[in-house]
Amino acid sequence: MAKINVNGRTVTVDADGATPLLWVLRENLDLTGTKYGCGIAACGACTVHVNGAAVRSCALPLEAVAETDRIVTIEGLSRDGSHPVQRAWMDLDVPQCGYCQAGMIMAAAALLARTPRPTDADIDAEISNICRCGTYQRVRAGIHRAAGGKA
Amino acid sequence: MTTNPTRTINPTRRAFVTGSAAAAAGLVLGFTVPLGRGGGAALAGAGHTDEITAWVVVRPDETVIIRIARSEMGQGTLTGLAQLVAEELACDWSKVATEYVPPSRNLTRGGAWKSFQTTGSRGIRGSHDYVREGGAAAREMLIAAAARAWGVPAGECRADKGVITHGPSGKTTTFGKVCAAAAGLPVPDKVALKNPKDWTIAGKPLKRLDTADKLTGKQVYGIDVRLPGMLNAAIRQYPLFGARLRSFDAAKALAMPGVRKVVKVGDDAVAVVADTWWQAKTALEAVDVVWDEGPHGRIDGADIAAMVDEGLDAKDAFVGNKAGDAAGAIAASVKQVQATYSYPFQHHATMEPMNATALWTPERCEVWCPTQSAEDALAAAAFAAGLTPDRCEIHRMHLGGGFGRRGAGPIHDYVHQAVRIAREMPGTPVKLLWTREEDMTHGAYHPVTQCRLTAGIDDQGGITGLRVRISGQSILAGIMPGRLAGGMDPVVFQCLAPKGDHAIAYSFPNLLVDHAMRNPHLRPGFWRGVNANQNAIYLECFMDELAHAAGQDPLAFRLKYMKDHPKSRAVLQAVADKAGWGRPAAKGVHRGLAQCKAFASYVAACAEVSVSDGGVVKIHRIVAATDSGHAVNPQQIEAQVEGSFVYGLSAMLMGECTVKDGRVEQRNFDTYEVMRIKDMPRVETMVMPSGGFWGGVGEPTIAVAAPAVLNAIFAATGKRVRDFPLKHSGLRLA
Ligand code: FES
Ligand code: FES
Repeated sequence: MAKINVNGRTVTVDADGATPLLWVLRENLDLTGTKYGCGIAACGACTVHVNGAAVRSCALPLEAVAETDRIVTIEGLSRDGSHPVQRAWMDLDVPQCGYCQAGMIMAAAALLARTPRPTDADIDAEISNICRCGTYQRVRAGIHRAAGGKA
Repeated sequence: MTTNPTRTINPTRRAFVTGSAAAAAGLVLGFTVPLGRGGGAALAGAGHTDEITAWVVVRPDETVIIRIARSEMGQGTLTGLAQLVAEELACDWSKVATEYVPPSRNLTRGGAWKSFQTTGSRGIRGSHDYVREGGAAAREMLIAAAARAWGVPAGECRADKGVITHGPSGKTTTFGKVCAAAAGLPVPDKVALKNPKDWTIAGKPLKRLDTADKLTGKQVYGIDVRLPGMLNAAIRQYPLFGARLRSFDAAKALAMPGVRKVVKVGDDAVAVVADTWWQAKTALEAVDVVWDEGPHGRIDGADIAAMVDEGLDAKDAFVGNKAGDAAGAIAASVKQVQATYSYPFQHHATMEPMNATALWTPERCEVWCPTQSAEDALAAAAFAAGLTPDRCEIHRMHLGGGFGRRGAGPIHDYVHQAVRIAREMPGTPVKLLWTREEDMTHGAYHPVTQCRLTAGIDDQGGITGLRVRISGQSILAGIMPGRLAGGMDPVVFQCLAPKGDHAIAYSFPNLLVDHAMRNPHLRPGFWRGVNANQNAIYLECFMDELAHAAGQDPLAFRLKYMKDHPKSRAVLQAVADKAGWGRPAAKGVHRGLAQCKAFASYVAACAEVSVSDGGVVKIHRIVAATDSGHAVNPQQIEAQVEGSFVYGLSAMLMGECTVKDGRVEQRNFDTYEVMRIKDMPRVETMVMPSGGFWGGVGEPTIAVAAPAVLNAIFAATGKRVRDFPLKHSGLRLA
């Protein structure tokens, strides 16, 4: 049994300590918005926030998560889809299949929290999530829009 | 796939209305081909909306549900199809919801929704007429019901945004108020479709209908399916195509936490069923498996290359396009130019790995899965279930990418396996999920080919004859041999065909295009853009070579051979003009062009590229144009064009599946590299619908992505890359 704090609530999970946080979220906590894409921290589909930073949850074992760590998933990013990144994504119709988008949005939100007005170079350096549908152009525009730029 | 979809337009239509359904659901409108049984009007089990199939459902609360037969995998077809129906229905767009039609319902209703195939970029181009007719027929019935209630001629009434108005009196009512009455009326035999010029919903850059849930984690994909009592399965499949399971020892795995069962799946896979997928996957690693490697265990990439290489000079080949006497003309020319290109295996790499959830009992089987081809998924489920298709059901989930991997042909292996596993646990739903590694090594790969092009050149630098020899793998031979035409695979000739959706967009007096079929053991598949991808590289890069050999401008050189191809000329000229072709680019920046006709659309691109002395390639900007005849949602066409560059350039720059000991070597995204946001050029898309035809959108542009960039790289470096991916040529992205 481990205690972790997810989306503002402390929950108890019955899972092996080696289980990646991704699967704890998806299978033990029914938070399926966070996606599995590679399992080796190579694609970003599983990105969540741990204490505000973007973390690839497929490579973070449950035993490495402290009870005091604040985990936020896509389900907890905002109450009603009103986070600036979600709103920008809505305005620009960013998602195609959408599968990568939870991770993309979480990565973008973490970037903006740290760098409120990111440059294209900041985006290139910080956003390495894979989108096979190829939404990158709109993702970039969405980040600028969420930052208050015009895109 | 090149062929036009075979379908019947204007089938015999028949209302299907049942009292209970009409009462429960308001109006259910639509039409169907005559039913095989039951006389048509009575829908078995009709009693609530979900069990009644039709294109349009109108509810008393004014909600309009538009039924969708094709699959949404990101390409926006769901929204586009709904726009087409809503346009003719004249409903309030803000009241529109959508719903998938299940394939078994299509079977029992005699194919009322025709094809579910979401392949070949034909979601819209293959169904625009009959879905619009479905909307128009519904509108007429709603108007007729209102007119009848008012005692006025229907011809005096019109519908707009879900409101019906009687012109002379000014009386109004709404769809929701008359839907029950309309349900009892006959479906009109003939309906007139609007002139696209008058469209107010279709043709507009409306927002997608399926975005909100994708921003909050609420969208349920196949991988997210949860059913009461559901267990989870992980699978280990044959390590190489042709291998078989000899034996396995599950003792260790069975003792591990959560494990319920270890199951042999067919004769080439073993699966662990556990409470959670992570437990199943962990336990699977403890299963010792002995494989019988079969005949392919010693095949390496070099063997495949040699096999394909041999075909370049082979005497026998299938002729795909022939005009005049290419060989004679080339031989008689003052100069000959020849080049050989090759294109490797590629993987679809959908972001959502293969998965399916199955619930089996001796009487019935249900499957929840992502599929581009619900009919094929149903067939796979029924076969694996040992049941007739009418006892099976496919619940389609939004796809986390398709790109052809979940498309036509017997490639629903994941569905088949899920049902086989579920059969071992009757009454318990089991979700099967492949690891990325299983997904990567059990694909339906973009086929491997080489191409030798030979041209004869006259003293003006003009082309006297062109010879195109393709050697390599046939998708149809690999997965749909029944579709071969006398042994020939017509799909091989995309963008090089004499006519049709993939006609070559040049006219040469002497031309010979043929194919020496050489099929390696890897399973091929339709990979977004299919054979247009490499064929456009072959032809468009070679045209560039010929232009440079003749010392002529690549645009002017191409246009000389495009006199009979006005639509192709128009898109090519458009990208050249917008990109500033003929005017100097920024310092160090060079341009390249490409055009082709694919999936019945005309596309072109101009790329702006710089290459540093160290071989670092930077793609600055792409100007692209698409003429798909009609443009149902221009902003979604832009999205497809933008995405096409990511897909096409990922393959050209870095993607390849290599073979060692018969196995695909790439196992995950660390070795199968794809573009990321830092690699993404700025894409400027021109949507140029010229009317009069319906072309595809999701795939055509991929074909021009690579050659435009390659021709720009040549302009920048003088170096012609003919083997892919580019990373082997000493060039790389920043
Ligand atoms: S699933 Fe975690 S990075 Fe890909
Ligand atoms: S939207 Fe489909 S993978 Fe990104």
